[in-house]
Amino acid sequence: MTREEIIKPENLVYRRTPVLTDATMHYCPGCGHGTVHRMIAEVIEEMGIQENTIGIAPVGCSVLAYNYFDVDFIEAAHGRAPAIATAIKRLKPDHFVFSYQGDGDLAAIGTGETIHTCNRGENITMIFVNNGIYGMTGGQMAPTTLEGMKTATSPYGRDREIMGNTLKITELLAQLPGTCYVTRQAVYSPATARKCKKAIRQAFEYQKLGKGVSFVEVVSNCNSGWKLQPVQANEWLVENMLPMFPLGDMKVPDKE
Amino acid sequence: MSKELRLMKGNEAIAEAAIRCGVDGYFGYPITPQSEILEHLMAEKPYEKTGMVVLQAESEVASINMVYGGAATGKRVMTTSSSPGISLMQEGLSYIAGAELPALIVNVVRGGPGLGTIQPSQADYFQTTKGGGHGDYRLITLAPSSVQEMYDFVELGFELAFKYRNPVMILSDGVIGQVMEKVEVDDYKPRWTDEYIKQNFPWAAFGKLPTRNHNIITSLELDSSKQEQVNIRIQSKYKECEAKEVRYEEIMTQDAEYLFVAYGSSARICQKAIELARSEGIKVGLLRPITLWPFPSKALKALGQKMKGILSIEMSAGQMVEDVKLAVECRVPVEHYGRFGGIIPTPTEICEALKKVIAK
Repeated sequence: MTREEIIKPENLVYRRTPVLTDATMHYCPGCGHGTVHRMIAEVIEEMGIQENTIGIAPVGCSVLAYNYFDVDFIEAAHGRAPAIATAIKRLKPDHFVFSYQGDGDLAAIGTGETIHTCNRGENITMIFVNNGIYGMTGGQMAPTTLEGMKTATSPYGRDREIMGNTLKITELLAQLPGTCYVTRQAVYSPATARKCKKAIRQAFEYQKLGKGVSFVEVVSNCNSGWKLQPVQANEWLVENMLPMFPLGDMKVPDKE
Repeated sequence: MSKELRLMKGNEAIAEAAIRCGVDGYFGYPITPQSEILEHLMAEKPYEKTGMVVLQAESEVASINMVYGGAATGKRVMTTSSSPGISLMQEGLSYIAGAELPALIVNVVRGGPGLGTIQPSQADYFQTTKGGGHGDYRLITLAPSSVQEMYDFVELGFELAFKYRNPVMILSDGVIGQVMEKVEVDDYKPRWTDEYIKQNFPWAAFGKLPTRNHNIITSLELDSSKQEQVNIRIQSKYKECEAKEVRYEEIMTQDAEYLFVAYGSSARICQKAIELARSEGIKVGLLRPITLWPFPSKALKALGQKMKGILSIEMSAGQMVEDVKLAVECRVPVEHYGRFGGIIPTPTEICEALKKVIAK
């Protein structure tokens, strides 16, 4: 068989969505960010909204997300993506606007912007990748770090007496009247990844409703920060992260 | 055609100018002595008149980042605050300058440090003109000394912001913000259309076009050699700005032997002090910097050479006086007189301070 005989549309089993650029991703092997990026890009392609989508990248591991999406992108100061998204959506209401943030960005330094954007009910989509650690800066404790979990700044394990409690911000956001869709997903297996992509699609579809923030948390891994092999990290995630951060929809818009 | 005249507070003039010159968005947080800006905007319902977005944010930190977001799409957006709030915005200002975005920020200065006082002050000169945030950047700084200038500098501020893709600060104070004066207002101008923005600001992130790669708005460049190039480009822009955008006013300097240098409300008080001094036979004039950055150094150097002494008048412990000394290269005696913590100097006090300079 020649190369030409193989490369035919009918033989196509997978292709990279053109909404992702050719840039080589900097993420560690096994990291969930690449998977989540691809899903968002595929959703943008499927919905045909590449030209009227504006993304906002955070500070943290996904700070360079703007290099990977072939859509117009803005790099935010640490934690401020929801404020930026708010302004853009208000000024350009016919555009799809999404923020992409990690746990330190969304649930620590940017808590104020997160809560108020969600409470005002801005018609944006927020993607929240939660791996319970600060990956970019070298594995320090995050607001979502589990009790007992070892990080560079909780080297003997997170002690709630000293370091406070693990923050389940998504549960909190689901209580606010300004969120219309709040869900927690994961990408550690093909089955969870398929569900996650469906949820991201839903979140973007719900933006059209104009009923407030559509919010997708993705419980993800950090092999480097957790100091585990990718497969081990996924197993650790299932055993430790999911009991604290159970998957599923917390809030779904009323069907009208 | 005669223009419409209104009696307005300085703060209201800022708000009215924003609506009438076609600003797209205002994002702010209440703080004394400038809350009338947001109040006036909300009362006027500009979203019905011109489609302008007005939003009360949850903090000054959120406000400035909303401005960053709006500016990134090529829209004309602004925020206003007073000293403590402006301190909170410094990170955002650095990002806006670093990402080379146009935006307008108004600081109606009050006394500090800390929570300080709600009374007028000019103690934010260093923060504004020397870069209160991190990194090598400048704010083009306009200092209004009347309510009319509060009005006029909104449109001028946006013009400069877009010309240089850099944030512009209107550095006002509690006097100019609160005082009521006669203002000539313009007719309502339409906001820029999306098509106009696409044509004129191809750098903006308004949504990818099939004809170009994605636009990225960022202040991040991890490759130091590239980041140095970014800095060099920004600095060359500032050089151009220094060459072209200096604005100042000279008052009674023709025959002057002594010179006041003062901006904003201090410049207004100095005009009365000049009257008093001249009635006693002291020939004094005033140089009023209108742009605090770029500072009118050349004009001051030329004028300063003819003077026996210069007195810098500020409602601060002495900040602009450093730029005055640099401008005249210490060839002329330069002194500072100021009141601070919310106290406004009187013309008589200023005259007495001038007499001390003369006696030296």
